[in-house]
Amino acid sequence: MTKSRKEKLEANDIHVDFGGIKALNGVTLTLNAGDILGLIGPNGAGKTTMVNVLSGFQKPSPGTVHLDGHDVSALSARKMAQAGIGRSFQAARLFRGLTVLENLVVAGLGIGMTRKGATAQAREILNWIGYHHGHDRRCESLPYSDERRISIARALALQPSFALLDEPASGMNEHECERLMETIVNIPKHYGCGVMLIEHNMQVIMGVCHRIHVLDGGRSLAEGTPEQVKKDPNVLRAYLGDRSSRAGAVI
Amino acid sequence: MTNIVQVLIDAVALGSLYALVALAIGLVFGVMRLVNFAQGDYITVGAYSLVIPTFAATPAMMFGALPTVAMIFCVVLTVTILALLTERLAFRPLRNSDPTTLLISSFAVSYFLQSLILMLHGGRPKAINIGESLTTAVQLFGIRIPGVQLLTMGVAVTLLVTLVLFLKKTPIGIQLRAAAENFQMARLLGVPANRVIAIAFAISGILGGTISLLFVIQTGTLDIRMGVMPTVYAFFATVIGGIGSLPGAVVGGYIVGIVSVLLQSYLPEEMRAFRDAGVFTLVILILLVRPQGLIVTSAAKERV
Repeated sequence: MTKSRKEKLEANDIHVDFGGIKALNGVTLTLNAGDILGLIGPNGAGKTTMVNVLSGFQKPSPGTVHLDGHDVSALSARKMAQAGIGRSFQAARLFRGLTVLENLVVAGLGIGMTRKGATAQAREILNWIGYHHGHDRRCESLPYSDERRISIARALALQPSFALLDEPASGMNEHECERLMETIVNIPKHYGCGVMLIEHNMQVIMGVCHRIHVLDGGRSLAEGTPEQVKKDPNVLRAYLGDRSSRAGAVI
Repeated sequence: MTNIVQVLIDAVALGSLYALVALAIGLVFGVMRLVNFAQGDYITVGAYSLVIPTFAATPAMMFGALPTVAMIFCVVLTVTILALLTERLAFRPLRNSDPTTLLISSFAVSYFLQSLILMLHGGRPKAINIGESLTTAVQLFGIRIPGVQLLTMGVAVTLLVTLVLFLKKTPIGIQLRAAAENFQMARLLGVPANRVIAIAFAISGILGGTISLLFVIQTGTLDIRMGVMPTVYAFFATVIGGIGSLPGAVVGGYIVGIVSVLLQSYLPEEMRAFRDAGVFTLVILILLVRPQGLIVTSAAKERV
């Protein structure tokens, strides 16, 4: 079973207010099928809040989210997942008592596949991300970086039109990051979905994103190709404060 | 020597019973974060469904008069329907409320069912005879084992194996395990909430009905509070095992049952009255050493 592919996920003039603190203050961005959009910004810039809004965990007020032109702002997180917005979390949140394979099977069953179909799909995705062995291992005994990769695989098992990945590289070493980058770069080609990537690791962001959207203090600071963003003086200043000389070196 | 073996068989048989009750409690807790104290009353209702509602001390049979297979079917079906009804009427409307509210609702269901039985059957314990042939002992390798102990162990193992296969091999079983571990995440992945919760209650009903029959065969009495103590013990079992963990519930059930029988058998006569106190002390000790229980489940806090 394949769901109808969505082409465009839009957030329009999103505001989110946490008891007087403006987590998001008028952010507009668009994610297209086939795109990899990086969402970056200093801590507290509103990145995770933005992912929460796009995936239905947080209602914007005011602001709207549109999926292929339909207003989906009022949908619950569960409905958004069914509509094709898959997400991974900062913590992997795997079902630890289930095997690696079963974690993906649950997602396949959830979109109406048979157990056989969901199992075949799970194996295909696991092999595709380079996880060839240990499909029947219970997740409680997995190394951290495997947990993170499998949570991405599980998001893909929902056959999403858009995959929102919240800091998938956190805690990974350089080698693991490279493998992850390779996987993320190929997601749109292989699965036809758009990817939004929140990440602190600039090497990963610059290496895989087609476009980058920069948030600071709940506002959009810049959007453009990695080259454009790298040179944007506002970004350099905001992203690492006054030490812009060091910022340049890091980015 | 044979004495020890017989005590151990007693212990394992009782442990099997507690493991089954603990599993029912653990399954429902997993999907609803509800410790369903009405589980004990499912057992009581199942037992009373064997007899016709009268105030007599030795009542005429109702389901108890049926041929064995039909009797088992009717009792288990009655308890399963009861479990599903309580879920629908008392727990589903409260699903999004506080766990405390759910807990209070389960006490309400429990007292309601006890009062209902009191109204229909009266409050006096009743004598009942089913499965009489099972109380005779079987001679095995020079050890005399009461048939009912063998039956209890056999039924427990069969149910455990069936349940494990159901949970591991069927789509709804896999979804149920996922939901029992992280309900919100499971819903995000498309697990149907109403269906998995109903299935969990149905299983708790099937287990409750079976346990009620095993109890009645063992004790030969009906009492309106007969399900309470096993449920309290099973609740301790789930806590010891690590609440939310199904293997933990089974392990905890066996620990509680075995310790209880060992204390009963080896405490000096004048101290046997303190058997329950001994078991509860053990629970406290285990929780002091391992507050999270023997088998830990994931419940990491994070930003969403």
